[in-house]
Amino acid sequence: MRVLGLDIGSRSVDAVWLEDGRMVDWAVADSGFDPGSAAAVFVDRAAHDAIVSTGYGRHGARERFGGTAVTEITAYGVGAARLFPHASSVLDIGGQDTKVISLGPGGKVTDFEMNDKCAAGTGKFLEVMARALGFTLEEMAEQGIAASTGVSISSMCTVFAESEVTGLVHRGEDRARIARGLHESIAKRTLSSLKRVNAQGPLVFAGGVAKNPAMVALITDGFAGEVLVPAEAQIVGAYGAALSLAE
Amino acid sequence: MSDQAVDYHPMWAELGLDLPMHDALLEAVGGMYGATFMTQNNRPEGTGYLDFVMGEVHGLRIKELHDFRKAGGKVVGTYCLYVPEELIRAAGAWSIGICAGAEWAYDQVEQILPRNTCALIKSMMGFKLGKVCPYLEEADLLIGETTCDGKKKAYEELGKLQNLYVMELPQMKRAKDVAFWRSELVDLIAKLEELTGNTITAESLKASIREVNDKRRALQRVNAARAAVPTPISGLDSLLAVQVAFYDDVPRFTKMMNTLADELEKRVADGIGVAPKGAKRVLITGTPMALPNWKLHQIVETAGGVVVGEEMCTGSRYFEKLVDEGGATIEDMLDDLAAKYLDINCACFTPNDGRLDDVVRMARELNADGVIDYSLQFCGTYQIESTAVQKTVRDAGLPVLSIDTDYSAEDVGQLSTRVEAFLEML
Ligand code: SF4
Ligand code: SF4
Repeated sequence: MRVLGLDIGSRSVDAVWLEDGRMVDWAVADSGFDPGSAAAVFVDRAAHDAIVSTGYGRHGARERFGGTAVTEITAYGVGAARLFPHASSVLDIGGQDTKVISLGPGGKVTDFEMNDKCAAGTGKFLEVMARALGFTLEEMAEQGIAASTGVSISSMCTVFAESEVTGLVHRGEDRARIARGLHESIAKRTLSSLKRVNAQGPLVFAGGVAKNPAMVALITDGFAGEVLVPAEAQIVGAYGAALSLAE
Repeated sequence: MSDQAVDYHPMWAELGLDLPMHDALLEAVGGMYGATFMTQNNRPEGTGYLDFVMGEVHGLRIKELHDFRKAGGKVVGTYCLYVPEELIRAAGAWSIGICAGAEWAYDQVEQILPRNTCALIKSMMGFKLGKVCPYLEEADLLIGETTCDGKKKAYEELGKLQNLYVMELPQMKRAKDVAFWRSELVDLIAKLEELTGNTITAESLKASIREVNDKRRALQRVNAARAAVPTPISGLDSLLAVQVAFYDDVPRFTKMMNTLADELEKRVADGIGVAPKGAKRVLITGTPMALPNWKLHQIVETAGGVVVGEEMCTGSRYFEKLVDEGGATIEDMLDDLAAKYLDINCACFTPNDGRLDDVVRMARELNADGVIDYSLQFCGTYQIESTAVQKTVRDAGLPVLSIDTDYSAEDVGQLSTRVEAFLEML
């Protein structure tokens, strides 16, 4: 059976094609203004017997393309547990939300927390801050790693933190130290969220922000257990959605 | 709600309502009601009564109050479970629980109350300032109570706009607190006798204790049926029944709820349920859901779950405990009333461990698969108690989801995702 998994997020649309439970192809596109159309391209791209959608656009996709829908929580849980069968927890920092998931035996979700109210501590937050610092995202991560200490950032609200960063730059603060401080403050927030759901290692760190080496280093430092980053961290949701049908 | 045969506008005008705004409110609530309740499948026939009273919520029922008052009767509005309906009725007055479950006239409210006030309190002020609640305008007296700080202070503002009497509620449940609360009941009797010109007698009090207990017993039957798998009635309809209990005519409502309970018991015997087989069963605990706040129930039940119980003031706390019916004298009955009312487990009290026990017990009795802990934003008492609730539920081996929200529709998308994920996890 061929199953198409779609993860329709606010920043990207991800697709995974499974054949009898094995991944045969995957693709990622920008959500743009019309994530539905981005997804439609994937739906038309190859033949499939079933579609499972996840992400914030899951219900829209189900109406448009048929098939079923699961939440991101279930999809990330299933996907991460298949990639790393011994995983006990999952962290996903995406474009506009953060999820932490605690997994029980067999990859079953036992608890979760979502920060979905605002962009605080997400990929979007990092983008805005990079701009305020005059860095690209990659530069900001590199600089953050290079700096030995960070400037402490008091606000996690994107709007306030941006003014705070601008103020610090004007004051002549070292931009590398600010970059480190920004990553540190996200890491701190994320680690306390992991604690609240009692996340144990190994932790699978997925989502777009898992490609950021500074974040990976800080989470690895701060987390008590092992931290695993999948090679294609972005498609764990689509992969898990497709797999959820088989399970 | 808009298809009323009788035109009630003259009555509403007489009450001083802001007619265009009031029409807008009725239209909005009517639309919500249709979209929320009338789209449900396989409802018990007995819920037709709830549709009827909701259809007449500002119509026929207000007419009844209006006529009652024209004949010399008095109407008393209350905001909290602790204010004993029995005393109000024993004085010959009618008791109405005022709702405050919709976001209304916040622009005016926020000139008086801080923005970070809970939705219930804001709505309580909004209905008054916006002049859209006929119940408020029919009330000869409002009774407030010193529960949370927000309400306590907001009553000072509300009292500037309407005749309001505040009862002092203790914050602990020791013997001396019960004795104090009893003394507050004595003062309330004097206040009610002054308002109505009637004297509360042992007979009238005994009769009203019986009557209100009967209402609670009917609701107990309806809610006991929800323990069945599959459950015979939706969470939405069960919540609505309790919301209606606060303002409907007591004997009539009791009769209709017993009829509904008969039907539900038959459904249970026949194995008929409202939700699809295997639907996840959820107990909700937390702050009250005043009419027309159906937000969380709708999210849960739209996502394919079913709510099987509410540990809240618009739920079990309202009907679970009865007043002892053995008292012969007013003195005995005051003891019984004081004891029963201080036994309500509200987060305004400290400690409030009874609530934690109730949540776990109800989850077991009602065969719940998980618990949702619900607080209104800016409600310090329930939000703080949430930590203990979550821990207790987890320790009892049940999953729990904690939600902070308000009356707006802004966060429905995010809440749906969290609720769906929770149901998938159960
Ligand atoms: S939650 Fe407490 S204060 Fe609020 S209505 Fe219930 S008993 Fe009264
Ligand atoms: S919900 Fe909380 S803050 Fe609001 S009135 Fe009730 S106890 Fe007070």
